[in-house]
Amino acid sequence: MRRGFALALGLWAAALGAQTRPISPAELRSGSTFAGADVRAMQQDDAANPGFLWVARGEVLWNAGAGSASRSCASCHGDARAAMRGVAARYPAFDASAGELLHLDARIDRCRVRHQQAASLPRESDDLLALSAYVAHQSRGMPIAVTIAGPARAAFDRGEAFYRQRHGQMNIACAQCHDANWGKRLYTETISQGHPTAFPAYRLEWQGVGSLQRRIRACLFGVRAQMPPPGAPDLTDVELYLAWRALGLPLEAPGVRR
Amino acid sequence: MADARISLPAGRLVRGEPFEVRVQIRHPMETGYRTDDMGKSIPRNVIRTLTCRYNGEPVFVVRMSSGVAANPYLRFFVTARASGELAFEWVDDAGVRGAERVGVTVG
Repeated sequence: MRRGFALALGLWAAALGAQTRPISPAELRSGSTFAGADVRAMQQDDAANPGFLWVARGEVLWNAGAGSASRSCASCHGDARAAMRGVAARYPAFDASAGELLHLDARIDRCRVRHQQAASLPRESDDLLALSAYVAHQSRGMPIAVTIAGPARAAFDRGEAFYRQRHGQMNIACAQCHDANWGKRLYTETISQGHPTAFPAYRLEWQGVGSLQRRIRACLFGVRAQMPPPGAPDLTDVELYLAWRALGLPLEAPGVRR
Repeated sequence: MADARISLPAGRLVRGEPFEVRVQIRHPMETGYRTDDMGKSIPRNVIRTLTCRYNGEPVFVVRMSSGVAANPYLRFFVTARASGELAFEWVDDAGVRGAERVGVTVG
């Protein structure tokens, strides 16, 4: 009896792990494939991609001492090109010391406060975006590899629920556009599959670099829904769900989007 | 703080041949037509002039206005004459000056 129960539990766990994704791996397409040729060209040429202004600034900040400990990121982590390779592909991730799911910006800021004893950087500030763009850039070309097992599972389930929940006056769920109708037109825009590979990304509409959370908030604004504040757990949970949906797609940070 | 990026062709340049210079500057290029969340007008702040000097001699000068987007990106050609440096200098409406320089090797 007990063995039968354990077996059933095992099967259930296996079924969870093998949960099918809304868009099959063969059909996954980066957001840049939905963009116009001019936007794609801007992203493909590093000298033309304005996101690299933030990456370059991030490199300076990485090596600059900060806080009362007067330590830089490099004093502990060394050369970011080696130490940070592949890190962004694993975020958002559950952080045991924080006891919650953290996205890359929050993880960097937490490191700043705890280890550099520096003032927290506001979300969407140029300095925080510069650091996360620099760190994320070290994983360019690497496939997204987040884990939804273990302690991250609860956040993943909340993220999925948020993604399927209808929002705002338009009463639209993320899934209705990005799972059911990608590739079709919304006015002049082609609806993308909603993958997070480009972020932090330079968005022409913003005339600057912004985080994935800012982009999700912009989508919520578009459907006239209440927007959780930057850094809200709701947004981080959706980030994890989006990363899982896009498992295997290579990171592009800093991407360029319209 | 990295405020500008300058890209030149890789490798040595050929004397007498033109080469492409690309420069990108981090700047909001505030048009002066926008208002903040309280309805107050945001004053214009654009890069007024950008000068590129090749071994001290001006080879490219641009006067910009509010029609140019944030983080302006400019491409132009300069004829390679001698090794030395390209020096960029710019100033915006707020009077903030920026400068960046890059070495040039002519073979």
